[in-house]
Amino acid sequence: MIYDMEFETMPREALEAIQLRRLQTTVERVYANVPFYREQFQKAGVSPADIRTLADLKHLPFTTKQDLRDNYPFGMFASPMDHVVRIHASSGTTGKPTVVGYTARDIQTWAQLMARALMAGGATRGDIIHNAYGYGLFTGGLGVHYGAELLGASVIPVSGGNTRRQVMIMKDFGPTIITATPSYSLHLMEVAEEMGITGKDLKFKYGIFGAEPWSETMRAEIERKLNITAVDIYGLSEVMGPGVAIECKEAKRGLHIFEDHFIPEIIDPRTLDPLPFGQVGELVFTTITKEAFPVIRYRTRDICSLNPEPCICGRTHLRMSRVTGRSDDMLIIRGVNVFPSQIESVLMDTEGVTPHYQLVVDREGPLDVLTVRVEVSEKMFSDEVKKLQAIEKTISKNIKELLGVSATVKLVEPKGIARSEGKAVRVVDNRKL
Amino acid sequence: MHVEQISVFLENKSGRLSEVTGILAETGVNIRALALADTSDFGVLRLIVDEKEKAVAALKDNGFTVGKTQVVAVEVEDKPGGLHRILEILKSNDLNVEYMYAYVKHTAQNAIMIFRFDNIAAAIQTLQAQGVTVIDGQRLYAI
Repeated sequence: MIYDMEFETMPREALEAIQLRRLQTTVERVYANVPFYREQFQKAGVSPADIRTLADLKHLPFTTKQDLRDNYPFGMFASPMDHVVRIHASSGTTGKPTVVGYTARDIQTWAQLMARALMAGGATRGDIIHNAYGYGLFTGGLGVHYGAELLGASVIPVSGGNTRRQVMIMKDFGPTIITATPSYSLHLMEVAEEMGITGKDLKFKYGIFGAEPWSETMRAEIERKLNITAVDIYGLSEVMGPGVAIECKEAKRGLHIFEDHFIPEIIDPRTLDPLPFGQVGELVFTTITKEAFPVIRYRTRDICSLNPEPCICGRTHLRMSRVTGRSDDMLIIRGVNVFPSQIESVLMDTEGVTPHYQLVVDREGPLDVLTVRVEVSEKMFSDEVKKLQAIEKTISKNIKELLGVSATVKLVEPKGIARSEGKAVRVVDNRKL
Repeated sequence: MHVEQISVFLENKSGRLSEVTGILAETGVNIRALALADTSDFGVLRLIVDEKEKAVAALKDNGFTVGKTQVVAVEVEDKPGGLHRILEILKSNDLNVEYMYAYVKHTAQNAIMIFRFDNIAAAIQTLQAQGVTVIDGQRLYAI
């Protein structure tokens, strides 16, 4: 089902006309209201009047996370504070967090896009949504929540943590939809199984998972364990939050970007040149309806490609591929490019191994040393040391074979890997390069 | 005739072992025997306790990975050659010992050793056939 038939299935020509009009308005607003953008545009020698076609977007300068930090906390807001009704912040992995604001209309838009996303993933009025995204400064929980209410579904704002109680709620309230990070959903099912509950005892039909990179193998595992259809959702607080793009349950092949609100581009992260459809590069977003916190050509650091082919679901919006990594978390280990998602995929393919892992990179002398820390689940645990060591060796061998990089595998206790906002901290790079 | 042992995964960090013993103390579980096998970065703690289910639940609630394994408690004569005799029986019958450790308490005149075998049924049968006393869980905890 499609929530907003008019906009989600709009013919490309009409869509692009709307995009241009909205882009021009946004560019004028940021030029007038945000000193940072005015200075950047002037430095680049462009003014709002230069945006005559969508192709002119490429003349505008990029915005980076560092720019947002430099204007901490409210310097990038394009609306006066008495119009800002909500503030969120992303967990600052380094230094200060990134702060974003929303006007009442922004909140309304976000709810609409999230309602579209939930419906694309299988939810509808009458569904009960178990929303295990964290509530708080993180956009996940509240983002899904407002969309679910607008859709007319019953939302359980269970947030993250207190897993055993969550399992009880899943069993007793009979939610039909789950929204969570993919790793947390698997953790939920581990605990459920300990309590003697399997996917078949639950009423889940669909799950909408995001906020961290995951793989097709992980999708298969989630679908099997929860007995559902699982789709990928994409979003980031700098652009809005969850609901920027969503996979449709019909195709499950790429995420439709809500192009009537966001213009995507793919660039080469080194040359910064725009890349054609189909090529893999860094995803860049320009928001065209946001009031309080518009961004112009914001570099997400997420690596993916764009697919313009028509989709069987009827939506006309471009699809982005699953994010395969980030232009800034790509690790180069002794000359080999490694994405955490690739390691995850190896772990998922190793018998009995859970995908709760962390990559630690150190430099010993001139050599990079990659350590993969893997949490020990009950399934892989043994009273015999040699069996545990054999698991370490198998993972290490598979990583070497598939990725061409040597890694030391270390088993750690459950919860041995730090989590922030329910997201596991996947990479710790101790190299001083 | 077997005994159930619990095993706990521990990272090699100071204080982890005392955390386990602390949890068991708080739960009122008595440790009857214990052995730790370790590598440079992790260890496996094996325990025989009087209240196994309580111990497992408490450890799991505290986030430990816990497993259960069947082991065999064997009476060993408390004199030179006592253990050797048992091991000779196992060797000549091709029974592989994964690991073994001593039980804290004695019977009247004998020591008790805990054995972990690959093939537990064959081991018990062989030992009993050779006149070695194998002690079952219920009796072991009562000693």
